[in-house]
Amino acid sequence: MNSESSPIAALVWTFGLMSLFAVGGANSAIPEMHRAAVDVHHWLTDKQFADVFAISQLSPGPNVLIVTLIGYSVAGVGGALAATLAMCGPTALLAYYVSRFLDRSRDARWPAIIQAALVPLSIGLMAASGLIVAQTSDQSWIAVLITIVAAALAFATRTNPLWMLLAGALLGFAGVV
Amino acid sequence: MPPESPPAAAPAPDASVPSPPLQPGLLELFLAFAKMSLAGFGGVLVWARRSIVEQHRWMTAEEFNETFALCHFLPGPNIVNLSVVFGSRFRGIAGGLAAFAGLVGPPMVIATVLAALYARYGDIDILRRTLAGVACAAVGLLFAVVLKMMMPLLKRRDVTGLAILSAVFVAIGLIRWPLQIVLLVAIPLSIATTVLARRMVKA
Repeated sequence: MNSESSPIAALVWTFGLMSLFAVGGANSAIPEMHRAAVDVHHWLTDKQFADVFAISQLSPGPNVLIVTLIGYSVAGVGGALAATLAMCGPTALLAYYVSRFLDRSRDARWPAIIQAALVPLSIGLMAASGLIVAQTSDQSWIAVLITIVAAALAFATRTNPLWMLLAGALLGFAGVV
Repeated sequence: MPPESPPAAAPAPDASVPSPPLQPGLLELFLAFAKMSLAGFGGVLVWARRSIVEQHRWMTAEEFNETFALCHFLPGPNIVNLSVVFGSRFRGIAGGLAAFAGLVGPPMVIATVLAALYARYGDIDILRRTLAGVACAAVGLLFAVVLKMMMPLLKRRDVTGLAILSAVFVAIGLIRWPLQIVLLVAIPLSIATTVLARRMVKA
């Protein structure tokens, strides 16, 4: 159907391109997802984006599944499938060919150099992700406090992160946030 | 061993090695990646390592680190890249697809069901508040990962690395420039400074 093929095409184009620029993984691409989904295409509101991020962190599986949720809200099950495959496909293909190429030239030094060069980039991108989601979800000082406590606990202890997500859920349920 | 099977890439089984490298089949690949993916809340890497290295002994710890390093330096979801590279190493393209389908398929079904529930009930106040609480904690977890990843740079007093990190943070997080444009400038710049820094260390 024409009315449905156009949002799916937009999803495929957006996430297919994003996949090749997602240096450092899916969480690094969150600022770009927010820009595309909220600012450019108006698929989601700020609030919905924060909710989708929360749901993706609560569900099992790779973090990249946030694009499944965005895709679903744009175009249902077809959108979920299209967005996920678009986000994973191009880079998976690239990984397949690069790994075959590297298997043939094992002692190449440039992968180590590129990797070292990309580390600060991906940390900067993830910090930006944190800031952007914090701006959409931390609307009260208690919310900010929960974020800080969760960050401190996860940084300093080996507590299972799921407990902190559940604690956040309980506090939200109780109306504290 | 059947006579027509090709010589194994790994050294022949040897008394000192506890178990020879095992060759997973397609179904085995699919199931193993589905299991680690469904176990992985807030990240699958830990479970992937446990399953591939410790449980199944499909790779040594060094091989796993090398493979993961490759998948980390390539763009895209790292663990997705890892599933494809890992699966195809054992069973070619079909193996890559099987591992990929296992990793992404089952959680995608769960995520889609959750998305449908959210679309239907997302306006209910108590659900919104609960999700808001989850989001606050999840952002905290993200910041913790950022801090942990920054520690080596801080310890090394890697000034150029920290400068590039801050510049990317400002450009993307504060000014909200598009990712592609920022990376097209930042990646060559970062590679150049890394190469220069390594030359200066050697000199």
